Amino acid sequence: MLRLTDSEKAMLDGRNGKARQKAMELLVRYAEALGAERFVDTRNVAGVPGSANPFLQRYYAGKDADGRDAIFSFFDLDSDELVDTPDAVVPTFHLQGGADPREWQTLGVKVEIFRNYQEREAFAARHDVTILKTCTPYLAGNVPAKGEHCAWMESSAVIFANSVLGARTNTEGRESTSAAMLTGKIPDWGLHRTECRFGTHRVDVQVPVDSVMDWGMLGYFVGDVVQEHIPVVAGGFERPEIVRLKHFGASASSSGGVEMYHIVGTTPEAESIEMAFGPNKPIDRFTYDEAARRQVYDRLNANASDPNVDFVMLGCPHAALDQLREAAALLEGKRVSGNCHLWIFTSRAVDSEARRLGYVKAINDAGGVVMTDTCSAFAQAIPPGTKVAALDSAKQAHYLPAILGVQAWFGSTKDCIQAAITSRWSGERP
Amino acid sequence: MRVSATIVLRGRGVVGGRAEGEALVTRETIPGWGGVNPQQGVITETHHELRGQSFKDKVLVFRGAKGSSGWSAMYHTARLAGAAPKALIFNEMTTKVALGAVVMRVPSVTDLDRDPLDLIETGDWVMVDGDLGIVEIQKRG
Repeated sequence: MLRLTDSEKAMLDGRNGKARQKAMELLVRYAEALGAERFVDTRNVAGVPGSANPFLQRYYAGKDADGRDAIFSFFDLDSDELVDTPDAVVPTFHLQGGADPREWQTLGVKVEIFRNYQEREAFAARHDVTILKTCTPYLAGNVPAKGEHCAWMESSAVIFANSVLGARTNTEGRESTSAAMLTGKIPDWGLHRTECRFGTHRVDVQVPVDSVMDWGMLGYFVGDVVQEHIPVVAGGFERPEIVRLKHFGASASSSGGVEMYHIVGTTPEAESIEMAFGPNKPIDRFTYDEAARRQVYDRLNANASDPNVDFVMLGCPHAALDQLREAAALLEGKRVSGNCHLWIFTSRAVDSEARRLGYVKAINDAGGVVMTDTCSAFAQAIPPGTKVAALDSAKQAHYLPAILGVQAWFGSTKDCIQAAITSRWSGERP
Repeated sequence: MRVSATIVLRGRGVVGGRAEGEALVTRETIPGWGGVNPQQGVITETHHELRGQSFKDKVLVFRGAKGSSGWSAMYHTARLAGAAPKALIFNEMTTKVALGAVVMRVPSVTDLDRDPLDLIETGDWVMVDGDLGIVEIQKRG
């Protein structure tokens, strides 16, 4: 039974305006669907308020009235009434969007669609939303503290916030984050609660796991075997740093629905196996061995057969500064093949630093393009005529063939850059 | 009066209302953004057992939701496009499936007293009452 505080009741009664009433109504429907008993306060919201893909742009065209925004009213708040949009009442951050602000034509975005993206961004900014335009807010200035209650979208960011930072958020959606932006409330359920954060399944790693590719593959395995549960990963590997954790989590939240993991000795709620499991007994135990690793690699490369690569895409989740440095170094003295395109995606924040350090120029000089805000899967954008892509992200390899019907090779960043230079895939199964 | 036995399951209503239709059943979790075409109501995920199948106007019986946080927005879009399922029956509660059910505005139930994945097959006729938390199954043929 959901219990509301006086201030929550006041919002629901409309005493803080129509939009906040609609936001609270949505949150109440959502909390009741979950079976939550109360809300927690949040001062850290990451979503996509007011944004619109081409379908929503068309669907809501002409439905604004009296300065009231149709998309925010009808879609974000799932309201049947057109309402005013108040400013965000808590710090709110915009995640990825549809097009790079400079290279939108490279992405094949039509001018009217791009103008609309710009208008939607301006709408969010007018309502005090910080425009990060990235799937990696934690690399772009939004780093919640351990124990902080957040309302975040973007599965790869959610899993990072919970697991690596020890912050607390469920995988929120478009509508719940926009409602949280206007109320500072989110259902107290799931990963907001200490008892729901302990491990459920054990994964023993019996092969060396070292590179970003290795961690991406391990994550893909883990998500597949535990689905939406909480894995506790243990093994003799070296402590993974932030880029490896980014790829591990992004993979685990794509092949399964993992929102939190523990890596014993690395993540903050897993100083030991006992701490990671707390009162839970492992429901099941899985082993990541050579056979499992082979299977993951083959699965990620299952739909690729043509070694002629037209397109290499890096930066899923958005590249960290170190990954742009690595790409620039691998391209030094080389050129991207005339038969191939190289696109690398990152956040605006990392892009601006990478430009200052000369990494972007080095990549550009070799024939690669660095873009922000989006990625091929999200923008549904690949160079015209692409049949075969090469990717260093298991998440992108999971999504891109399903979304755009291309073949996709998965391998290391080095395999991918090599493919961009030679337009041939030469990656090998580890 | 028909003689065919009706199986009744009792659980918890997630979204209210009553609807009936033909069941589409999967033991797998269902993808959202990047694994579904919401305008057509079709699952597109590469490895999914329902790949290429439409859930439009079906009673979708499934384990739970997986993948992207765009889950609710995809099924919300399916509702706008007239391609949403008629009702949902699922086993594993997550924020994705809860919010998705809410914004799809279709009768939904979970926590049933017997496993719907054991009792319902694709093609069965199923009634979902989200107010009472009841599912009634008429076996096909």
